[in-house]
Amino acid sequence: MIIDNREKLEEKRVSAREEIASYQCRILICAGTGCVATGSQKIYDTMVEMCKGLENVSVEFQKEVPHLGVVKTGCQGVCELGPLMRIEPYHFQYVKVQQEDCREIFEKTVLNGDPVERLFYSKGKEIFARPEEIPFIAKQTRVVLENCGSIDSENIDEYIAAGGFSALAKALFDMTPNEVIEEVDRSGLRGRGGGGYPTGRKWKQVARQAEKERYVVCNGDEGDPGAFMDGSVMEGDPFKMIEGMTIAGYAVASSEGYIYVRAEYPMSVARLRNAIAQAEEHHLLGDNILGSDFSFHLHINRGAGAFVCGEGSALTASIEGNRGMPRVKPPRTVEKGLWEKPTVLNNVETFANVPNIVLKGAEWFRTIGTEGSPGTKTFSITGAIENTGLIEVPMGTSLRDIIYEIGGGIKGNGEFKAVQIGGPSGGCLITPHLDIGLDFDSVKKYNAIMGSGGLVVMDEHTCMVEVARFFMSFTQRESCGKCVPCREGTKRMLEILERIVAGEGRLEDLDQLEELAEMVKSMALCGLGKSAPLPVLSTLKTFRDEYVEHIVEKKCASKTCQALRQYKINPEFCKGCSKCAKNCPVGAITGKLKEKYTINNELCIKCGACKDNCAFNAVYVEA
Amino acid sequence: MLDQSYYDKVDEIIKHYGRKASSLIPIMQDIQGEYRYLPGELLTYVAKEIGIREAKAYSVATFYENFSFEPKGKYVIKVCDGTACHVRKSAPILEAIFKELGLSPKKHTTDDMMFTVETVSCLGACGLAPTMTVNDEVHPVMTPEKALALINALKGEGA
Amino acid sequence: MGYMTIDGRKVEFTDEKNVLSVIRKAGISLPTLCYHSEVSTFGACRLCTVEDDRGRTFASCSEEPRDGMVIYTNSGRIKKYRKLIVELLLAAHCRDCTTCVKSGECILQELAHRMGVVDVRFKNTREIRPIDDSSPSIIRDPNKCILCGDCVRACEEIQGIGALGFAFRGTDATVMPAFNKKIAETDCVNCGQCRVYCPTGAITIRTHVDEVWDALADPDVRVVAQVAPAVRVAVGEAFGMKKGMSVMGKIAAVLHRMGFDEVYDTTFSADLTVMEESEELLERLRRKEDLPLLTSCCPAWVKFVHDQYPEYVHNISTCRSPQGMFSAVIKEYYRDPRNTGGKKTVVVSIMPCTAKKMEAVRPNSFTKGKQDTDIVITTTELIRMIRNYGIEFSTLDPEACDMPFGMGSGGGVIFGVTGGVTEAVLRRLTPVHEKAALDAIAECGVRGDEGIKEVTVPYEDMELKICIVSGLANARKVMEKVKNGEADYHLIEVMACRRGCIMGGGQPTRAGDRTKEARTKGLYNADNNMILKKSDENPLVLSLYDGLLKGKTHELLHNKES
Ligand SMILES: Cc1cc2nc3c(=O)[nH]c(=O)nc-3n(C[C@H](O)[C@H](O)[C@H](O)COP(=O)(O)O)c2cc1C
Ligand code: SF4
Ligand code: SF4
Ligand code: SF4
Ligand code: SF4
Ligand code: SF4
Ligand code: SF4
Ligand code: SF4
Ligand code: SF4
Ligand code: FES
Ligand code: FES
Ligand code: FES
Repeated sequence: MIIDNREKLEEKRVSAREEIASYQCRILICAGTGCVATGSQKIYDTMVEMCKGLENVSVEFQKEVPHLGVVKTGCQGVCELGPLMRIEPYHFQYVKVQQEDCREIFEKTVLNGDPVERLFYSKGKEIFARPEEIPFIAKQTRVVLENCGSIDSENIDEYIAAGGFSALAKALFDMTPNEVIEEVDRSGLRGRGGGGYPTGRKWKQVARQAEKERYVVCNGDEGDPGAFMDGSVMEGDPFKMIEGMTIAGYAVASSEGYIYVRAEYPMSVARLRNAIAQAEEHHLLGDNILGSDFSFHLHINRGAGAFVCGEGSALTASIEGNRGMPRVKPPRTVEKGLWEKPTVLNNVETFANVPNIVLKGAEWFRTIGTEGSPGTKTFSITGAIENTGLIEVPMGTSLRDIIYEIGGGIKGNGEFKAVQIGGPSGGCLITPHLDIGLDFDSVKKYNAIMGSGGLVVMDEHTCMVEVARFFMSFTQRESCGKCVPCREGTKRMLEILERIVAGEGRLEDLDQLEELAEMVKSMALCGLGKSAPLPVLSTLKTFRDEYVEHIVEKKCASKTCQALRQYKINPEFCKGCSKCAKNCPVGAITGKLKEKYTINNELCIKCGACKDNCAFNAVYVEA
Repeated sequence: MLDQSYYDKVDEIIKHYGRKASSLIPIMQDIQGEYRYLPGELLTYVAKEIGIREAKAYSVATFYENFSFEPKGKYVIKVCDGTACHVRKSAPILEAIFKELGLSPKKHTTDDMMFTVETVSCLGACGLAPTMTVNDEVHPVMTPEKALALINALKGEGA
Repeated sequence: MGYMTIDGRKVEFTDEKNVLSVIRKAGISLPTLCYHSEVSTFGACRLCTVEDDRGRTFASCSEEPRDGMVIYTNSGRIKKYRKLIVELLLAAHCRDCTTCVKSGECILQELAHRMGVVDVRFKNTREIRPIDDSSPSIIRDPNKCILCGDCVRACEEIQGIGALGFAFRGTDATVMPAFNKKIAETDCVNCGQCRVYCPTGAITIRTHVDEVWDALADPDVRVVAQVAPAVRVAVGEAFGMKKGMSVMGKIAAVLHRMGFDEVYDTTFSADLTVMEESEELLERLRRKEDLPLLTSCCPAWVKFVHDQYPEYVHNISTCRSPQGMFSAVIKEYYRDPRNTGGKKTVVVSIMPCTAKKMEAVRPNSFTKGKQDTDIVITTTELIRMIRNYGIEFSTLDPEACDMPFGMGSGGGVIFGVTGGVTEAVLRRLTPVHEKAALDAIAECGVRGDEGIKEVTVPYEDMELKICIVSGLANARKVMEKVKNGEADYHLIEVMACRRGCIMGGGQPTRAGDRTKEARTKGLYNADNNMILKKSDENPLVLSLYDGLLKGKTHELLHNKES
């Protein structure tokens, strides 16, 4: 259907809402990457099969839209509980649905509206029937993710029904481009890609360039390992981001936009492609949008496996078909970005915030979050935490709330040690920081950065030296190799860290490490290099004693560093069966049958075979 | 020498993206998607067709991790070593797979061209860490044992 | 326009592109390994980093000057960081300075010294890569490459060839041709500009000095030298003399002292080239065929046409280059048993150019199937020979070249700068000999260091349209225009090296803007000091046509179809 004016959009909205309301039953199956991995596709197929030919039940997924398979999506953030299924209008939230459960769901819920209680989420004795009752979800404020999980991300009608494109219509017909920019500027929206640069200011800079050919680019490279917020938005609500980009195009008078999606997100690419095609078909994208004289075309570029392409100038170089090597600035992207033309480059989440700001106004946006960082932020919490997942909270929410209220606390009632924020470019926050409200400015004060929103929670079983080594090995591997400080500096830092975790560190290594870190931080060309030393600097500052322990005592208290483990046999448990000795590849274990066996740690290569093979749990690891 | 059919296919891909320098990466991606690797001859051909220098095309192809001039195995296994997976012990999974298949960080593909094993930094399914993919299908909550079982199942399938 | 404060002193800036230039203007030489004003700013070495008053650090080569800027070029931490960067570079470098040909002109080596790096604390863990000696002109040693990308940008941006590129990334990054092919298997034109830009010994001249020493030591060999115009303005500097000063007399003297039997000036055969090429131009104008005529004295350009514009190969002048003509004439002279004196003749050509090494072995330039130019050495190698011998160069008394070919005209001398060939041809074409007429030619637009110059000059009843190009990227632009019918030149002069042979691939490196200007000026001065200005005034040339060349001009002075 062609929607070539505002009235038709509203008509469409009414009809789409009516249609949705007319369903006797909607079965929402999560088709985010996580749930697909746990088998939601099969659940979907099974449900489709069962509901086929059902007379008086309209089932959500039987729509004439080109599906890729499962209809519903929008990772709700609790992938660990997947596959997830929600059934409307009863508003039942089922978790860990297995194929075997489908028949029961069909018979009880779909046909009769009765719950299958055993599929509700439960914790201890508590049972949570509705999604918003689940503490993990209840404590969140979903703005960017508002539609994720409750609409069909492959169907533009559902987006329209949920209020989609009204912001675009408002911008196009009620506002001048300048007013749009002003609104965004007043909202105080800051870039969610990590840097927190004011979005309105960026748009203004592009708008005032003399060059008239301009581009809007969306950064969907999301390379931070362990972060999947942007991917979830692209998968779960692609239209919202597209609408945001279109509004940006209108604001800065650009008619071409590019979305750069990381290679590892095939599902995001598919959903975006589908969304673009549908939006174009409806004249909500393309020439003369909504009948106005504004035209905007969107293209998708897939990454090809290079983290550094998340950096703005590397990203545009990659779109142009070049090596993704960052270039020197100035000129900045706003002056000479893609094809040397003024370019608005924003993150997925940044764009996804735009429609609501335009629609509800800057003042509304400022009611959420903090003075300096209004709005919400999505985070992915991983690591030693009870509930891993994707969350969205107002800026300024404390770590304590995130970890304990939403995240359910440390896994296995462990002890909180630190949280790594900002991924490989970030730093560690520790217990004294638990109560600071997280926003762009506060985090910086503690030598960390907001980054894109990856939170890795660490308990006493985590070795901070190993964490630093892990991040360093990541940045070292992803360094583009252009500038000397990063190319050579990270390599040497990694060598030192590897030496330390292997138990071969020397005390002067720490000075060298610091010397290198400071240099790389100050001298590298781009953000990757500049931030690569931060995890090292941050852990060196907060956990220096752990480093020293590794070096001097050759000990890893968390028992993480394999080379520093001491395998021991507990004589109380040892039955003298000799199995360990037989399995030891280096003959480090000696003893007489039926007597106590012992391990010679000089010979031991810490392979762990003895521990794995002892039927009596007599082998243990000493830190 | 590659069969003419390769060049016909590439012509088709080039036509789809247009004869311009900026088409290089998507063209290479499609070639790689088609043959699961990027035959060097085809890269040279593409460079000529879209009007860029061979050294440039080569420099771009070698920059990105996803392009490979070596044919890949029937099953491409990617073990996630992103932060979430790493802290949930992805390293032993990789080790176990390497050991099982006789591979290493230097040797990615088995001699019988059945398996290629790589690492990847986050597949976007961190909630189910540690994860791995087999030909892009995500397998959640892995353990070394599960991984080995999977590989043995694949071996059975492939035989 | 504005003022900035550099290390506490106020410095005015006008149109400087970047802070680095302002700092240099202020008399501070910041270390740089990746900045050249002629190619794009890369910003990779980070050595030019400075600190501002807020403690922000930035690379000065890529920052625009702003009024009121306050910067410190040598703050304590910057100094420490710079030193560490050099140490890191050295750590991943094959540090064989004692046996490295670049030693002494190597910027990395100099910086190590300047920064006081006396200890490299990290082991070189880079895998050793093979040296590429496939080219007749240059040698690539990847183990000495510091990945500054200067060669890549020079080859791509100035020469438009793109034979070299970065491959892989991170610490695996390497500079190499596609698929790590040998450089000789690429479109490389042997111009050596990559070597000129390379700050280290990673790209060097393929040297033939030992062959020269061997020839000199052989009593049965007559060693004859020819010295190209651009050589004379680039040698003196190495021996503490003024930049760009023409030292042809001293070169003749030093060569004699080393044992060369005869020393000639290539300007003589440049005059021959002018005669032949003018004739050829007129002939083609008459026939109205194979126009534009493309000059042939630059072998890099000739290879470029063969590789990139094969359909224009027949437009290339069939004239041999001055090097080729001279060697052919000398060899022909000594083919006469009356002249040989029982000795074998070896022609050593001393050139500013690495591509001449390739030209010498190009079979279509051979006479009677034999190579005429036996050995080509470059200016840089000549300097090395002088040092090796130990002669006090700067105090040598100038000597004249030998006879019978020891005389050239000003027209031949200016071959070494872009526009020189054209100017010499125009001098030849004008029937008058008055200074005013020659001055008019000099001012018609042939001079100047722009990469592309167009001149239109009246000739008899027509307007001659000439395009003068230096730098092959510029040549590509011009050839595209010609190909698309957007230009109808009669003559296109191309010198592969920007500004001509004075900046050839065999010249001493580290030539900044001042050196370039001085070399250009040096050649024009040499021209001014010559009595003869026009090639057709050279009596030796004229007598040669009546003598040795009679009936053999084509055989000796022109290339065979390739
Ligand atoms: C090494 C590196 C990786 C980056 N990766 C991303 C990324 O994956 N996604 C992103 O949005 N921004 C990333 N950025 C930040 C971008 O350069 C840029 O600041 C951002 O996309 C701007 O959008 P915003 O203002 O909306 O945040 C990265 C920066 C660096 C230096
Ligand atoms: S800091 Fe690292 S990633 Fe950035 S340009 Fe330098 S080498 Fe490349
Ligand atoms: S396997 Fe266990 S019980 Fe048996 S000898 Fe070894 S330690 Fe003792
Ligand atoms: S850890 Fe391995 S090497 Fe060490 S004692 Fe046990 S089996 Fe032997
Ligand atoms: S390139 Fe420079 S630093 Fe390296 S060995 Fe040669 S002279 Fe020494
Ligand atoms: S300078 Fe030093 S390293 Fe070089 S030759 Fe002399 S002593 Fe040896
Ligand atoms: S010699 Fe010239 S053409 Fe060859 S690689 Fe060097 S710069 Fe390029
Ligand atoms: S070869 Fe020389 S110029 Fe080229 S990158 Fe290496 S060091 Fe730089
Ligand atoms: S311009 Fe001169 S120095 Fe340069 S390649 Fe040509 S002939 Fe050689
Ligand atoms: S993918 Fe289903 S909840 Fe995350
Ligand atoms: S870190 Fe492994 S899937 Fe994200
Ligand atoms: S000269 Fe400025 S970074 Fe190399």
